[in-house]
Amino acid sequence: MSSDFDVRYTAQLARLNLSDDEIARFQEQLAQVLDYVEKLKKVDVSGVEPTAHTYPTFNIFRPDESRDWFDPKQALVNAPRQANDLFIVTKVVE
Amino acid sequence: MELTALSIAEVQARLRSKEITPLEVLESLETRIAQVDPSIHGYLSRDIDAARALARTADVSLPLGGVPIAIKDVINVKGEPCTCASKILQGFRSPYDATVIQKLKSAGAIPFGRTNMDEFAMGSSTENSGVITTSNPWDLTRIPGGSSGGSAAVVAADEAFAALGSDTGGSIRQPAALCGCVGLKPTYGRVSRFGLVAFASSLDQIGPFGKTVRDTALILNAIAGHDPMDSTSLASEVPDYTAALGADLKGIRLGMPREYFIEGIDPQIDRAVRAAITHYESLGAEIIEVSLPNTEYAVGVYYIIATAEASANLARFDGVRYGHRADNVTGLLDHYGRTREEGFGPEVKRRIILGTYVLSSGYYDAYYLRAQKVRTLIRNDFNSAFESVDAIICPTSPEPAWKIGDRNDDPLRMYLADIFTIATNLAGICGISVPCGFATVDGRQLPVGLQLLGKPMDEANLLKIAHAYEQSTDWHKVRPQF
Repeated sequence: MSSDFDVRYTAQLARLNLSDDEIARFQEQLAQVLDYVEKLKKVDVSGVEPTAHTYPTFNIFRPDESRDWFDPKQALVNAPRQANDLFIVTKVVE
Repeated sequence: MELTALSIAEVQARLRSKEITPLEVLESLETRIAQVDPSIHGYLSRDIDAARALARTADVSLPLGGVPIAIKDVINVKGEPCTCASKILQGFRSPYDATVIQKLKSAGAIPFGRTNMDEFAMGSSTENSGVITTSNPWDLTRIPGGSSGGSAAVVAADEAFAALGSDTGGSIRQPAALCGCVGLKPTYGRVSRFGLVAFASSLDQIGPFGKTVRDTALILNAIAGHDPMDSTSLASEVPDYTAALGADLKGIRLGMPREYFIEGIDPQIDRAVRAAITHYESLGAEIIEVSLPNTEYAVGVYYIIATAEASANLARFDGVRYGHRADNVTGLLDHYGRTREEGFGPEVKRRIILGTYVLSSGYYDAYYLRAQKVRTLIRNDFNSAFESVDAIICPTSPEPAWKIGDRNDDPLRMYLADIFTIATNLAGICGISVPCGFATVDGRQLPVGLQLLGKPMDEANLLKIAHAYEQSTDWHKVRPQF
């Protein structure tokens, strides 16, 4: 399975540019990690439920009431670019 | 004895008898930091003026009144930086307090100083910090462990009375072991994660570092409890975790998992931990051999689940709402791709790639879903063991602190350093590391940690068991000379 592992393609999925050097290095290092996790295939997991939460809790509700939180100024305090109380995003549609 | 060498309990006694003031405590700490941190590099930043303002009005009658506590740079404190030791969060200032910070402040504590860490808590040595490498106070050429290496080092070097860290696969217990202090990972859900920058949401838990078990219990008293802002936090009542400290261990059964005493452990660590087990017998505990048969899969399961969750959590770093943004972008994909390339360090990139891969179409079932199922088997192992024992006893780390730079480009070897701590997070149970001796390496004394693992929500018992050992040995009193 890990022979299909392609760092260049996966990096595109992750929206993460990598240098050619990083691609070569990660390809080799992560192939080793994937070989290591191959051992999980030995385990018989038939009929075993996956764990999502270690302390099962279900249906957490809170009252649907408004409460104080950030005003626009506070929400924008760390924005790299902003104008008119809004985030500036890079153009999405040409 | 220097003021900064005292435990929280000892400082409080002096504060309450008015022998000293909170401001004097803070200033003595500031002096100590200025003196030793240029060699340790445990802190990334600190705001002495903000801390002074809190110290001037501190109410010493409160449970942690007037006590400064260092905070790992992954937990939000209003008005302070929270960089996760990453370039992508350089310049970020928290607009709010994490729930644990609100709770510490309500208990009278003074959050003071932001401690170094592996970038986004990914690592076992703090060498993945995008800012600086922290040194181990016992040997400045060695790593302090990680990812909460800064928190462990500043407590061990007496430049903090206590600290908060976060533990996703051992990031509190392993550095505590390597630096010779106490580190507690509470049960998953015991402490709110609201305001903790997420790494792997089903594994992350905030916990305290202290010089003594009692100090970690005092901090847990303050930070534990349900929080409406974290739907995974548990509703159970918070007991007084100091109440059972000092009780005897008659009738306590400790389980020695045979899978944790294996070849490959440093022989000096093996000896120290076995001596601690014999010591427990002399305190009245019964030692029972137990088996956790799926232990060998824990590291593999962890590196699938943790990286998968991290790849999703770190998708939020998109250069729009906060954090670094690349200049002169040519379009949206270029904006994302370069912002993240420039902002993240190598280990974070590596884990985003692995996590994205195991979640990607065609591989999800083979990797992620299978890992979640094996995780169930690992939890079941602990549940079965806890039917016959009250706690599990084992080493925290298979080796003492290694040399800075020793395994920088060997991620798999670095991942295996967490072999004894990772299963705890997968099972969601609680664990603590306490000093249990020293290994002599190249003529230097390096601390060894004893790990105790407890049932879910059984921190009170775990602390009682750890405290009994600590108070009948002298390991915690030995301080590093540097």
